[in-house]
Amino acid sequence: MTDVSQVLVASGAIDPQPSVEIVGMNKWYGNYHALKDIDLVVAEGERLVVCGPSGSGKSTMIRCINGLEDYQEGSIHVDGTLLSSDVKDIDKVRSDVGMVFQHFNLFPHLSILENCVLAPTWVRKMPQKEAKDIAMHFLERVKIPDQAHKYPGQLSGGQQQRVAIARSLCMQPRIMLFDEPTSALDPEMIKEVLDTMITLAEDGMTMICVTHEMGFARQAADRVIFMDAGQIIEENAPDQFFDDPQSPRTKMFLNQILGH
Amino acid sequence: MTVPNKPAFVRTEILPAKAPPVRATGITLWVRKNLLSSWLNVILTSLVLYALIRITYGLWPWLANGVWEADSLAHCREILAASGLGPTDGACFAVINDRWHQLLFGFYPSELYWRPILAMILFLGGLAPILFFSLPRSLLTFSCLAPFACFWLLWGGSAWVPLAAIGGLVIAGLAIRVLSKWLSSTLAVCGGIAIGLIFYLIGFSSFVSFAEGIFPLSIQQVASREFGGFMLAATIGLSAIVLSLPLGILLALARQSDLPLIKWCAIVFIEVVRGVPLIVWLFTAQLLLNYFLPPGTSFDLTLRVIIMVTLFAAAYIAEVIRGGLAALPKGQYEGADSLGLSYWQATRMIILPQALKISIPAIVNEFIGLFKDTTLVVFIGLLDPIGVARAIQATPEWNGIYWELFTFIGLLFFVVCYAMARYSLHLENKLRRGHN
Ligand SMILES: Nc1ncnc2c1ncn2[C@@H]1O[C@H](COP(=O)(O)OP(=O)(O)O)[C@@H](O)[C@H]1O
Ligand SMILES: [Mg+2]
Repeated sequence: MTDVSQVLVASGAIDPQPSVEIVGMNKWYGNYHALKDIDLVVAEGERLVVCGPSGSGKSTMIRCINGLEDYQEGSIHVDGTLLSSDVKDIDKVRSDVGMVFQHFNLFPHLSILENCVLAPTWVRKMPQKEAKDIAMHFLERVKIPDQAHKYPGQLSGGQQQRVAIARSLCMQPRIMLFDEPTSALDPEMIKEVLDTMITLAEDGMTMICVTHEMGFARQAADRVIFMDAGQIIEENAPDQFFDDPQSPRTKMFLNQILGH
Repeated sequence: MTVPNKPAFVRTEILPAKAPPVRATGITLWVRKNLLSSWLNVILTSLVLYALIRITYGLWPWLANGVWEADSLAHCREILAASGLGPTDGACFAVINDRWHQLLFGFYPSELYWRPILAMILFLGGLAPILFFSLPRSLLTFSCLAPFACFWLLWGGSAWVPLAAIGGLVIAGLAIRVLSKWLSSTLAVCGGIAIGLIFYLIGFSSFVSFAEGIFPLSIQQVASREFGGFMLAATIGLSAIVLSLPLGILLALARQSDLPLIKWCAIVFIEVVRGVPLIVWLFTAQLLLNYFLPPGTSFDLTLRVIIMVTLFAAAYIAEVIRGGLAALPKGQYEGADSLGLSYWQATRMIILPQALKISIPAIVNEFIGLFKDTTLVVFIGLLDPIGVARAIQATPEWNGIYWELFTFIGLLFFVVCYAMARYSLHLENKLRRGHN
């Protein structure tokens, strides 16, 4: 464990083993410094909302957490496993961390059920029957069990995103990452996806959500962080964050998204 | 100003759904709509019709007056002259009647014709479960074994040769399985391939002679130079098609690899192979390939040509598949990665099925071209259908005959290539219906 987290543990601020622990992390795309000295600890069961203007590095940060992007300096521990260039470690972290993308990224050539069954049977080596039962269970939880044999292209955007959530849940992850899960959706579909996410939050899932949905943040989040230009600029409880932002950048951003 | 009758723009009730209007059908309507809809269309239709009539008019008597029973071209012409026709007024199909077995089998011993025929049946049987997904998957075992049986039937000799070849693959497979317990999957695959190669280079021939000594399992051997005609084209073409697809897939993946060494090997291979005409590679196969093999192994010319054509086709297939891979959205890779699928799992179950689906038309196009390009082997002295046709033309009886032979050969190739094209269409439609 690193010095910073030892201090935090000693002060009783966080659990002995946080779900995600990012210390002094820096990332460059070529010469472009995309993430600067990120320090972030997410406790087990915590719901974190990440917001910030476009291009501020939110996606990059969240993608680093399950190894979709590599980083050059600092460290990221997920459930105690250090994310390095070791492929086995990365695969292990990925199978324990679910990720939901802006554009769903369902597999169009597989049916909904096959989308959900695939990873449990091949990564977890679960028997087909059990994997199907679990898939149907989670499809019911996201309220689309009757579409199980359709293909992704036959569903609406909101339904596809709920399938994507179910697909991640089938791996029974310990952490769920959401990267703007509602920003590609029509307004009337946003609510159904947010409702699903709120249920998940109520069940105690550790969640890191990049989203600008203030209602969701207020209702479900424990903490909100604000990023700008590759750095975490502000961190606060949701109500304080939205009602009484500290930094001028945050104020400006909130003014823009709230439209006043 | 008064509005007398307000038009009813706004419906006050929901209308019931109506049946669609009855479509006017009938041949005259179709003709009017598709062929005669405008003046330009009328002119085009007449031109095409005129061309069709001219072609039929010119060709029909030649076909209809064709002579099927004769011993030689001269005899054909006598028969034509007897019914008052000139020498070019009727075809002399008697040459096909007389020599079809050579056009099909070259100089393969005629009492053994059943072997290539049976090999073809086995090949098609093995292909069926690969082409048609509705057949039971257990038949795929048969598909894996059929090529070895075909090889044995065509070339004859000891059955221990194909059995040992299967054995080598099994050894490589087992080695990969065992090695992957300790090594990463890529390393394990390389190790397994190395062990398999060592078996082929060192243990193969001694195993075959040893097994043959204990339990002889031989049928009459047929030398490659006796292969010929359409059978030779089919052997080379179909083997190359079947082998070049997996090789092309591997090359395409290698070209996208993160490992620079693998990537550069693939790029160099593809560019070098594509940059040189096939005919040059065929001459290389004829002259050079033996130098690269361990001393003492003399390698059958037909097999060498099959290897060359396979490598050549694989380079093209690799580029076609790379196009398919590039067309996949990045999100598909990320979706698979985020679920923890390994590289090979993601490639096999997510990436390749979609990339291949995109590339099917282009792949089949390559296959059709490849199949026809097998006729180039005539230049290195193999008797493919064109070679046989030339040999037939060189005989005193059939000296001077052209069209009949080439029509027949053209038909043979057309049947195979058209079947491939139709299958490609079938598959495209089927996959399109399957998703979205
Ligand atoms: N693959 C990439 N290559 C180069 N630059 C990138 C790449 N992905 C993102 N960036 C850059 O990194 C910055 C942060 O991007 P991103 O994390 O996607 O922002 P956000 O999700 O907050 O909108 C942006 O300036 C973007 O242009
Ligand atoms: Mg983003």
